[in-house]
Order: sequence, then C-alpha cells, then structure tokens
Amino acid sequence: MQFEYSVEGGDFTHAGYASSQVKKVLKQLNVDPKLIKRVVVCLYEAEVNVVAHAYSGKIFTDISTDRIYMKLEDKGPGIPDIQQAMQMGYSTASPEVREMGFGAGMGLPNIQNNADEFNISSVVNEGTVVEIVVYLNQLKN
Amino acid sequence: MKLKEVARIIEGNVLCGEDKLDQEVEFAFSSDLMSDVLTIQTDGMVLITGLANVQAIRTAEMSDIQCVVVVRNKTVTPEMVALAEESGIVLVECKSSMFKTSGLLFQNGLKPIF
Repeated sequence: MQFEYSVEGGDFTHAGYASSQVKKVLKQLNVDPKLIKRVVVCLYEAEVNVVAHAYSGKIFTDISTDRIYMKLEDKGPGIPDIQQAMQMGYSTASPEVREMGFGAGMGLPNIQNNADEFNISSVVNEGTVVEIVVYLNQLKN
Repeated sequence: MKLKEVARIIEGNVLCGEDKLDQEVEFAFSSDLMSDVLTIQTDGMVLITGLANVQAIRTAEMSDIQCVVVVRNKTVTPEMVALAEESGIVLVECKSSMFKTSGLLFQNGLKPIF
C-alpha cells in the first residue's frame, strides 16, 4: 500500500497532515498501537523538519505486512554536517520554529530511537533525503 | 482519575470531547516544548501546555495523548478545537499557570512520568 504527500516549507498549519493520514491507515489495519506510535512519531518529526528547514518536500510511504517504509525527500538548504545535526540539542531552527514548540535539536535523535532503520543523506543547497523503516512484526525494547 | 475530575479540579472549560470525560488517565506531563512530548512512551496521559497552536494538538494526536489542557488563559483557536475533535482528543482551557495546574493535579493523584 503506497501513499505520497506533498509538504510545503514554512506551512506549520498543515505540518503533520501526512503523519495523521498514515496513522489512520495503520489504525484501520489493526496495527499494534505501540508500533503505530513509533511510526507516526518518526514521520511527524521528519515532516516537521521539512516544514521547518526546507522549501518543499515529498513524503513517500509504503506499508506492507511486515514493515512500513517512509522516505522524505526535500528541496532545501541541505545539512552540511550530518553528524553534528544528529547530536542531541544541536539545532539551526529559526525563532518561528521554536515558537511552534520545536527546534530543540531533538527530532533526528528521536527518529533514530523510534526507527528500526534510519538513513539520512544530504547535499548542501539541494536537499535532504531521510529514510525510515519500522518493522511491524517485532517490538523494539 | 477521570477526565471530568481533571477539568473540575483545575476549574477548566471543556472545549471539545465532552463524551470522553469518563476516560481514565494516570499521568500528566507539562511542557511547551513539543519535541520533549514526542519522546514520551507513556499512554493514558494529560498534556499540560501553554503552547496554543495546532502543533500542540498534532503532537498529542501522534503521542496518543487523551487530553490537552491549555493553561495561562491562552486563546485556543478554532483550528485547534476542530483538530482535537477530529482526533478524539479532549481539549480543556484554564486560567491558571502551568505550575498551579500541575500542582493541583499532582496533589489530587495524577502521577509524573519521571
């Protein structure tokens, strides 16, 4: 089952729409609520990152019986130093983003904590690609 | 504690989800930082926040939070109410500070997460 969503940079009113839609689908499929929470927390954090940092982005999700695959591809400034961006507390978010309750440098580490597989690659002045996999048939400790 | 008790103790005004006031909650978490809220694994929880925007409700939706209490007499927007209704979240506004609201609920038996 595949879905695709568009995300606008800076559009905080609609940030989370894609994550919300994916949550509804997973609920209908009777997926364990703890797994749903891990999936949508990953996706929502990543979606907020696109809204907060990029100009525009696409979210692609593929749900199968054993796993959910999510890919977020954005056009934006990119991340010069991914290792630094992965550090807890490091953030380049604007004051506007912080006013929305984000930008504390916790999103990427939180995605890593909730995901079974997590990949991030970026090209400066082009954009960032985030890939997240959560397995549906096993519980993470 | 039932959600209707939560609303009564803090003298809150229930904005949506009146049909869910018999739901039980055991924990509460107070924060204006949604990034912190998103790291919490606990269910059966009330979020006490001064952040009056749709992302507070979205965060509650993703984190399976049953009830959001907006403190400090902040103006709750119609978009927040609509999203809370759609997501099945009980939304309560109250005039007290975050400290007082948290204190009252703690005193009456709601537990902290850590």
